[in-house]
Amino acid sequence: MKGVKNEVSVSAQSKFYQVKKNFARNWQIYVFLLPAITYFILLHYIPMYGVQIAFKNFFANLGIWGSPWVGFDHFERFFNSYYFWRLLKNTLILSAYQLILFPLPIILALSLHEVRNRVFKRWAQTLTYAPHFISVVVVVGMIVIFLDPTTGLVNRLIVAFGGSPIDFLTSPSWFRHIFTWSGVWQTLGWGSIIYLAALSGVNPELHEAAKVDGASRLQRIFHINIPSILPTIVVLFILNIGSFMTVGFEKVLLMQNNLNAKTSDVIQTFVYQTGLLEGQYSFAAAIGLFDSAINIALLILFNYVARKVSDNSLW
Amino acid sequence: MKRFTLSDRGFDVVNTIFLFIILILIVYPLVFVLSASISDPQAVSSGKMWLWPVDITFKGYERVFANDAIWLGYKNTIIYTVVGTAIHLFVLLPCAYALSRKELMAKKLILWFILFTMLFNGGLIPTYLVVKSMGMLDTMWAIIIPNVVGAWSILVARAFFQQSIPDQLVEASKIDGASDFYIFIRVVLPLSLPIIAVMALFHAVNLWNQYFNALIYLSDRDKYPLQLILREILVVNQMQLNDPGGSAESLVDQVKTAGLIKYAVIIVSSLPLLLIYPFVQRFFVQGVLIGSIKE
Repeated sequence: MKGVKNEVSVSAQSKFYQVKKNFARNWQIYVFLLPAITYFILLHYIPMYGVQIAFKNFFANLGIWGSPWVGFDHFERFFNSYYFWRLLKNTLILSAYQLILFPLPIILALSLHEVRNRVFKRWAQTLTYAPHFISVVVVVGMIVIFLDPTTGLVNRLIVAFGGSPIDFLTSPSWFRHIFTWSGVWQTLGWGSIIYLAALSGVNPELHEAAKVDGASRLQRIFHINIPSILPTIVVLFILNIGSFMTVGFEKVLLMQNNLNAKTSDVIQTFVYQTGLLEGQYSFAAAIGLFDSAINIALLILFNYVARKVSDNSLW
Repeated sequence: MKRFTLSDRGFDVVNTIFLFIILILIVYPLVFVLSASISDPQAVSSGKMWLWPVDITFKGYERVFANDAIWLGYKNTIIYTVVGTAIHLFVLLPCAYALSRKELMAKKLILWFILFTMLFNGGLIPTYLVVKSMGMLDTMWAIIIPNVVGAWSILVARAFFQQSIPDQLVEASKIDGASDFYIFIRVVLPLSLPIIAVMALFHAVNLWNQYFNALIYLSDRDKYPLQLILREILVVNQMQLNDPGGSAESLVDQVKTAGLIKYAVIIVSSLPLLLIYPFVQRFFVQGVLIGSIKE
C-alpha cells in the first residue's frame, strides 16, 4: 500500500514538474492565446453571464448581478402575449422556406461539374459568385427599385402584359417569396463552391466503370456523384439547422414595414424592437434566449438523427 | 468504345441551356443597375433602356460625388475596414498558431472554450449591454470589436498551420536558440501568406458590407459607415440628395434624378468589391475549402 501511495505522489509530482517545465520553456505560446481568450471572455462569456437578466428585472443602476430575480415571468409574459404565435409562425415558415431551397446550390454544383468547356465553367463560376459580394443593404435597395409600384421594372412588365401593378413591398403575402428568392439570388453561386470541391474529389474510376456498364450521364450523376457528396450535404444541412431560428434577420429588418409586418415580424426583429428601441432589456433578453435555446435543441436533435441514419455528423 | 453518345450530347445541350438561364437571372439585375446609372432617367422609366445604356449621362455620379455624407461614409468605412482587419489578424493568427503547436497543454479545453461560442452566445441584448458598459457606444470600436474573430476562422487558420508548417522547421529554429515570438514572426508568418490573405479578405468584406452594428451602436452621423448612408438613400428613402445650390430644377426632374442617384450610389458602393474579387477569387474559394475540412 505504502509503495503504491508513494508512486501516485511521485507521478503527481512529476506531472507538476512537467507542467512547470513546459510552461517555462513555452510560455510565449501561451501569450499568443491571450488576445483571443480576452476577446472571448469579454464579448462572449460575459454576455453569456449577462443572459441571467432574462430571469431578472434589469435596472441599469443595480447592474446585472444586483437586479432582482423574477424567475420565468418574462417568458410567461411572452408565451401568453397575442403576438407570440404570430412571431413563432413567421419565424418557422420563413426558415422552412429557406430550408426547402437548400438543394438549389447542390443542383448548380452538379450542373457546373458536368461542363466540359473550362473557360465557360470559370466564367459561370465567377459570375454566379458576384452577388455574394454585394451588401444586404444594397440588395434590399435593388429589391425596392425593381419592385416599385410605378417605376419598377417588374411592375412595368406586369402592366405591359395587361396586368395591374402590385405593391410587392407592402404586401404581407409577397414578403416571404421576395425575401427568400432574393436570398437565393445572392447565395446560390457562393453556396455551390463547397459541393463543387466535393465533386472534384469523386473517384474517376467509379465513372469509368459505370461508363463500361453503359450508364448515361444522368444515371452517373444520380448513382455516383450525389452519393459521393452526401456526407458534405449532411454536414452542411445540420449546420443550416443550427441557425434555423436566426433567419437572417438583418435583412428582414431592412425589408420590414408596418404594412407587411403580419408576415415579416420574426422573433429576432422583435427582440431588436422591444430591447433596443423600447428599452425592455430583460423581456427582450428572455425572448432571445428562447430563440437560441430552440436553435441548440434543433442542432443537437438533427445531429443525433444524422448520426443514426447516415453515419455523418458534426460530432 | 464511343466517347460521346447521342444522349450525352443531348445532356450537354440541356445542361448548357440550364446554366445560361441561371447566369442571365443572376447577372441581369446587375447589368441593369449599371446601365441605368448612366442612362437618361426618362429612358429608364419609359422602358427604352432595358439592357444597354441609352442617352448616356453622368449626372447621377456627379450628384453622388458632390454629396458630403457619402464621402464621409466612404472614408469611415475604409478606416473601419482597415483597422478592423488589422486587429482581426492580430487576434486570430497568434491564437490559431498556438493551437496548432503540439507543445500546448490543455489544448482540448481551450478549443472547447472557443468552440462553445459557436453553439451558444448571450444574444443581442446582453452583448449590447456589455458593449455599452465598456464605453464603446458611438465609437468605431463598437463596429470593430464585437465581431473581431469567430471560432470558425480560428479553426480554419489552425488547420492551415497544422498542414503547412512542418514541425521540424519550428524545432530546428528552437535548437538554434530562436524564441517562439521570433519563430512566429520571422519563420511562420512569411510561410502563411495565403491564409493571411484569405482571412483578411473574408473579414474585410464582412466589415465593408455590415450595417447592423453601426445601426445599433452609433448615433453620431459623422461616424456612420457607408452602409448606413446607403440604407437612408435606398431603403428608408429619407435622405435629401437634391441640388444643394437649390437650382431651378423642377420637382419632376428632381424625382427623376433621385432615381438616377440610387443606381449610381449602388455602383459606387459595390464596385470596389465587385472589381477586386475576380482577381482574388481563388483565395476566397481556398478559404471556403480549408474551412470545410472536417476536424
